[in-house]
Amino acid sequence: MIVELGHFALILALCMATAQAFFGLAGAQMRHTQWMSAVRPAVAGQFVLVALSFACLVYAFEQNDFSVLYVASTSNSELPAIYRFTAVWGAHEGSMLLWMLVHVTWSMAVAAFSKQLPHGLISRVLGVMGLLSVGYALFILLTSNPFERLIPAAADGRDLNPLLQDPAFLIHPPMLYLGYVGMAVPFAFAIAALLEGKLDSAWARWVRPWTNVAWMFLTIGITLGSWWAYYELGWGGWWFWDPSENAPFMPWLVSTALIHSLAVTEKRGLFKSWTLLLAIFPFSLSLLGTFIVRSGLLTSVHSFASDPKRGLFILGFLAICVAGALLLYAWRAPHFRSDAGFAGASRESFILINNALLIVAAAIVLIGTMFPFFIDAFDLPKVSVGEPWFDAMILLPAVPLLVLLAIGMRASWKHADLSKQRLSLTVGITVGVALAILLPAALYGYSSVLTSVGIACGAWIAISALWDPISRWRNGHTVSVAVLGMSIAHLGVAMFVLGVAVTKSYSDDRDITLAPGESAKVGIYDVRFVKIGDAPGPNYDAVEGEVIVEQDGKHIATLHPQKRFYRVQRNVLTEAGILAGWHRHISVSMGESLGGSGAWSMRLMYRPLLRFVWLGAMFMAFGGFVAALDRRYRKVTVRADEPLATSTAPVN
Amino acid sequence: MKLRFLLPLLIFGALFATFGFMLHRTENGGYDPKIIQSPLLGKPAPAFRLISVEDPTKFVDTRDYLGQIYVLNVWGTWCVGCRQEHPALLEIARQQLVPIVGLDTRQDSSDSNELANAQQWLSRLGNPYVATAFDADGRAAIDWGVYGAPETFLIDAKGYVAYKHVGPLSVEAWQQKFVPRIEQLRAGSVAGSKP
Repeated sequence: MIVELGHFALILALCMATAQAFFGLAGAQMRHTQWMSAVRPAVAGQFVLVALSFACLVYAFEQNDFSVLYVASTSNSELPAIYRFTAVWGAHEGSMLLWMLVHVTWSMAVAAFSKQLPHGLISRVLGVMGLLSVGYALFILLTSNPFERLIPAAADGRDLNPLLQDPAFLIHPPMLYLGYVGMAVPFAFAIAALLEGKLDSAWARWVRPWTNVAWMFLTIGITLGSWWAYYELGWGGWWFWDPSENAPFMPWLVSTALIHSLAVTEKRGLFKSWTLLLAIFPFSLSLLGTFIVRSGLLTSVHSFASDPKRGLFILGFLAICVAGALLLYAWRAPHFRSDAGFAGASRESFILINNALLIVAAAIVLIGTMFPFFIDAFDLPKVSVGEPWFDAMILLPAVPLLVLLAIGMRASWKHADLSKQRLSLTVGITVGVALAILLPAALYGYSSVLTSVGIACGAWIAISALWDPISRWRNGHTVSVAVLGMSIAHLGVAMFVLGVAVTKSYSDDRDITLAPGESAKVGIYDVRFVKIGDAPGPNYDAVEGEVIVEQDGKHIATLHPQKRFYRVQRNVLTEAGILAGWHRHISVSMGESLGGSGAWSMRLMYRPLLRFVWLGAMFMAFGGFVAALDRRYRKVTVRADEPLATSTAPVN
Repeated sequence: MKLRFLLPLLIFGALFATFGFMLHRTENGGYDPKIIQSPLLGKPAPAFRLISVEDPTKFVDTRDYLGQIYVLNVWGTWCVGCRQEHPALLEIARQQLVPIVGLDTRQDSSDSNELANAQQWLSRLGNPYVATAFDADGRAAIDWGVYGAPETFLIDAKGYVAYKHVGPLSVEAWQQKFVPRIEQLRAGSVAGSKP
């Protein structure tokens, strides 16, 4: 009964979304005030209905209702309660419902925090969000219904994929979806601006905090995914250029460009049509990534049950959304004119190059991900596009991007006289080069030019990022929250670059065989295998090793790597024992048991500064959030004839 | 309407067309994402001459295997899936149906222990290979279009790639995917030798 209620609530939500889309778009077009007033209630109603629907599905999982096909295929009565909850988004159908829940949550947030926006604009924004809701609801109801019954009911479920039975699964997908789906907000704002034929600094100021927050979630989601892959998959890597990693990375790159371009549009009234295009892209790429991962056209570590019908639906939806948006763009964007020019050496120029390089990076990721398609479709010569290809190609835009970031942060708007920044630039370069020489010499040993470039860039960017707030603070000026956020995020970039450069160059991996009592060396550490024993779990049986990590005879840590056998899905999972730390990670994973002597094959990994990779990313996310808190985003009230740089296109 | 504003639409249009085409082919069974990762199918296998893992003073040369059906297994000691498939390879080697040539790859350019690790691996876990080539600079793996170890290729007597298996090989997969193809190739080469 509860399950049917959830199903029914979702159908009602579809009706509500239709109303939201109609009243929002038609109301604004026909300047019908009452219709426009109906939009916010429709959003609220839809939110309640989708939340109810989601709650019903959660209930079905909690109750182990194996008469529901989706529950029977992703859960099991032995599954711990917390994973019965996360199993709700453990496969395609439920994760789409989570996707929709996240979308209506964003819609609610936009409806709630937009009281100061012009009535017509916000109606259109929510109308577009409603239109997207219609698409999602139809997709779930027609191709991926999680409420479908299984008659007769299964005796027990097929269990959640063991890889997903991990605490990280509680937060990784919601965070990622908050980012993915949140890109619909700048998308909707861009469509609304195109429909209105009006785009000014105020518009950019409204979009910026939303973009920042969505970008923050996307950053956190990707970082969590990377961290999780590192410790759960036990491959020792933190980024594999897998299609399911590239899928969120493409919108991330483009939305990073958008954040910067929006700054120019707000501060200087420039790049208007470019910003609009960039606002359309992240969401389009989110949909594209979803299509790639869920249509089954590419194989990936996230194998969703693939179904060409779903692929066809997403493709159709993608075509309507993106082609519609771009057609509207081609029609309306030529009318948006920039308010002013800018000098060759100025922050505007640097941001323009930043945008170009980020787009190039996104294009490289897209081409690399799609390469297997292209080979087949156009019968291209065989070329291998894997990790080495991505690693090498991404450096082409990344290295100039980092160098220009270090300089560009010191450039002022409109016309930058970089000779005035001589002190900060000299200090930055000097410290960078010194560190690039000293750090390898003192700690790690020389590796390659690229390592040195990475370390130097990291240090230089950190100094450039901190220069402005520190010098302002020393001169007794206040540092605005927006500037603080920018500095934190760029400091994050510096940490990330330093972490990547060092961990890529100085990692040490050993594949060895150890019997109890034996030890081996990895990096500067001795790893001693003490013993092995049984460690039963709720729905798996495991053997657990006890491994001691020592440095020069001094005890550092005791690790407990496990080898788990999941009883229902009958597969084996390696749970690495990891010693995390600021300056290094040590990871021990167990391979196979080698005969009766108790010897095991093991993989020992030493990863210097690995934490900086994720910590840097988290700093970026936090910086984006801090910048969104700036007072000017909240205090502004708008009058109809705002004197700010305004350009009005003729509305036909 | 200026052309440059239409450009994004045109680019996405081309992307859609590609997607639609692929989806169409998937439904008609003309496209399988697992096979597409091996563009070498039906093409001549790339040749290599590399030092041997077992004895680095000697070389492993693909030309030495021309004229016979053989299997090339791409692996590395850093690769978890390779360890998983190793017992299966030993079992397959015991069947002595075709020789298995190994191609040992490094994880990345900073990995300097692979050759020593590989020697240790083979002596401790057993050696299913007739010979193992060491791909020191990763070129051979790129030539062979290797996406990620382990990957296993079946090469026919003329030196053409007949089949490719991605991921750890099991004895079952061997029996189902490789053995029938090997028998087919053997039958075909008898038939083909008539004209």
